[in-house]
Amino acid sequence: MAEIAHAPDHHPAHHGHAESNWFIKYMWSTDHKVIALQYMFTGMLMAMIAGFMAYVFRMQLAYPGMNVPFFGHVSPEQYNALITNHGSIMVFWVAMPVLLAGFGNFLIPLMCGCDDMVFPRINRLSYQLFFISAVVLVVSWFVPGGGFGGAWTAYPPLSAVGKYNLTPMGSSLWVLAVALEFVAFLLGGINFIVTAMNARAPGMRAFDVPLAVWMIVTASLLFMASVGPLIAGAVMLLFDQNLGTGFYNPTRGGDPVLWQHLFWFFGHPEVYVVLLPAMGIVAEIITVFARKKMFGYKTVIYTVVATGVLSFFVWAHHQFVAGIDPRMANVFTVTTVIISIPIAEMCFLYIATLYGGSIRFTTPMLWALAFIAEFLIGGVTGIYLGASGADIFFHDTYFVVAHFHYTFYPIAIIGTIAGITFWFPKIFGRMMNETLGKIHFWGTIIPFNFIFIPMFFLGLSGEHRRIYDYTHFPDLATPSMQALRITSTVALVIMLLFQFIFIFNFLYSWLRGRKAEKNPWRSNTLEWTADSPPPHGNWREMPTVYRGPYEYATPGRDSDYWPQDERA
Amino acid sequence: MTATAPAAHGAAHDPGHGHAPHRNYVKIWGILVVLLVVSVIGPMLGIRWIMLVTAFGVALVKAYMVAKNFMHLDIEKPIVHWILLVALALMVLLYGALAPDVQKGAGQGWKKDAGFHHSFVTSKPHEAGGHEKPEKPEPSEHDRP
Amino acid sequence: MSVKTIATQRASMNIPTGRLAVWWVLVSEIVIFGGVLVSYLMHRLGHPEWGEQAAYTNLWAGAFNTLVLLTSSLAAVLAHQAAEKGDGPKAARLLYLTILGGLIFLIVKSFEWTHEIQEGFTLQAGGFWSYYYTAAGLHAFHVIAGMGVIAWVASSAKKNQELHRVENVGIYWHFVDIVWIFLFPLLYIAK
Repeated sequence: MAEIAHAPDHHPAHHGHAESNWFIKYMWSTDHKVIALQYMFTGMLMAMIAGFMAYVFRMQLAYPGMNVPFFGHVSPEQYNALITNHGSIMVFWVAMPVLLAGFGNFLIPLMCGCDDMVFPRINRLSYQLFFISAVVLVVSWFVPGGGFGGAWTAYPPLSAVGKYNLTPMGSSLWVLAVALEFVAFLLGGINFIVTAMNARAPGMRAFDVPLAVWMIVTASLLFMASVGPLIAGAVMLLFDQNLGTGFYNPTRGGDPVLWQHLFWFFGHPEVYVVLLPAMGIVAEIITVFARKKMFGYKTVIYTVVATGVLSFFVWAHHQFVAGIDPRMANVFTVTTVIISIPIAEMCFLYIATLYGGSIRFTTPMLWALAFIAEFLIGGVTGIYLGASGADIFFHDTYFVVAHFHYTFYPIAIIGTIAGITFWFPKIFGRMMNETLGKIHFWGTIIPFNFIFIPMFFLGLSGEHRRIYDYTHFPDLATPSMQALRITSTVALVIMLLFQFIFIFNFLYSWLRGRKAEKNPWRSNTLEWTADSPPPHGNWREMPTVYRGPYEYATPGRDSDYWPQDERA
Repeated sequence: MTATAPAAHGAAHDPGHGHAPHRNYVKIWGILVVLLVVSVIGPMLGIRWIMLVTAFGVALVKAYMVAKNFMHLDIEKPIVHWILLVALALMVLLYGALAPDVQKGAGQGWKKDAGFHHSFVTSKPHEAGGHEKPEKPEPSEHDRP
Repeated sequence: MSVKTIATQRASMNIPTGRLAVWWVLVSEIVIFGGVLVSYLMHRLGHPEWGEQAAYTNLWAGAFNTLVLLTSSLAAVLAHQAAEKGDGPKAARLLYLTILGGLIFLIVKSFEWTHEIQEGFTLQAGGFWSYYYTAAGLHAFHVIAGMGVIAWVASSAKKNQELHRVENVGIYWHFVDIVWIFLFPLLYIAK
């Protein structure tokens, strides 16, 4: 099985072209590292926009009718567009590009000992499609009628009929943007899967592959398998919106519940699509900073696969009160509660990895630990919602909002920042500032909890989602409930302000940070054997692998780590 | 030059196939055409079940033959079989899980056999699958807690 | 500008990278088409009256198109055989025949659809027709895309370059053929 690493054109760095101009090198590149950064920066920019949107609508909720600084008065239509786009952006244009495409693109070739992805030009195409999808979405906010306001779940008939949603152009552009984004990620996903399956370094067996790669590849598989029916559904929705068909119109022989099913058949695996990369990132960080082997590496992989399979059997828990057959609801309650088991098990395995380790509380490690703690809260509260009986009360309340932010935020924000702070030295060749990192950490995590814990209580009190102004609902406009809303909003503003520290740290370190060595964290995985930052082609001589990725603290060795490519 | 590398994998020699002799593709095509004719004649006989069997049975056979003989799936690596099977199984799951809801419902009305008369519309807790409760004609807000 | 990475030429799973990738493309296509067809199937079975509408589809056009696609698949696999023997120009000629098959398919379809639309069977004419045009349209879109890719592969093949791509593009084309093999009874025969 030993592959010849040196094909006739064995020298990766010579592609014949002399130093290209700036545009070719950074905007038209096929290099996976450049493409990774393109995805990451686009995603981070979109995160800022979506974060701003959250600020605006939360200000409206805390102080209804106010003139929000930097935005103005929020109309009901604008409110709907803000919450719809906040959700859509965070899932499709932040979590996916940063976690899956960004880290996936950067890490997979490096961790597998390749010079690039197997299809670099398709890789470039996938980013370009993704970029176009982001542009289409942004354009949708400026067309007559404004941006789509039918919630990120886009249920018809609201999403299908312009007369109802009042944003006929915006809603079509939204569907188009989402569909383009799906195609971009299908293309990217194939690259990831084939590269990880087929292009590993000589000596790298399946169980020598780092968890981050396993998780990202599994996520790509889940995405690919689940998105197809929704692409079909999105085409049908576009036709309903623009061509007068009636796919989701019961009076024309269609069925609105069909959309719900197609959406959630994708939507549930999708949350694992974004969860898995984040957990992979956390796995890499905790092993390095506990100087310890992954506890149950193979178990984690089997569990991940089991979770992936199970994730296709739980989706209707989003539809418990949509009028589905209650017997169906029973089935999905059981499967939903079951799926919490493998995820919980993974968290326990992570904790077991930490136990007895020699722990260094670096900034990445703090973020990784926070991920585990906060995600556990999110996961546990999901069980309340998974029980169909309880969900009759909880559905469409802020309890759900709090639950999914306690899962999504650790995924999209905590996991991302953990990954960025961890791999920054490798990506940019500079070290980030630890002190600023720790200030940013506490300034984010503490307010984060103050944003969403009140929402659990608001949900318990019956506060519906997606309402623009609670002053019209007397039993929800009590002073105590409003106080909770204000708490949430104030905490959000504080948290957003602390992000400026991160932005400053990021930019300053990138330009003026202390130069990083190859392996500042003393990690085993292959990316740390390349230069910081790695050149085009990654290595002058491709590495060969001799062992698994988590040989830390091996008894009998002087050094507490044992890189994968080091000969015995 | 072409993608032929001196190593085992290259343009003209697929490691996956080895050097399996090519089959008589024209003969396969001939059989496919005959099957097509069968499937066209089937509906003309007027008997519904014959029509369904010829139409879909032939389709399955044709697809199998194309997959086996033209796509060389029979000598393809097992992993490929697995991934294709999983994709197909997912579609079966999709149908099986959605049909009770979407197919039966015919898209009109929300009357299902079980559950509708159980009072999602009242505010009293109750057990699903239990007895009829006296109907309370409350304005139904099925997403009000 | 060729961007041949070392990664592309490895084969840890003992399948050439390009071919493995095409199979994954097919997996993603199975679930996309599956989504449309499952939705169609559920509605068709739940609405027996759609059978009356389906009676107006043109069985002969559908059958002829099936023949055309089967023949174009034959050309594609013969092209693969030629490519394996190293005969690039012959493979390219056969690939051009495959494209021709696709073109004939599309021409027949345009006549067919024009006639149906003139009869009033438009996309909006009812549930059956919405699915009919959407499913067949999605398929036709893949035919067009396939023709483009085949042309691109053929242009290299006739120079005896990248001959491994002939097989891979053929696998995609056979899949497009198989989808039609199922669309034919679903849309044309079952009435």
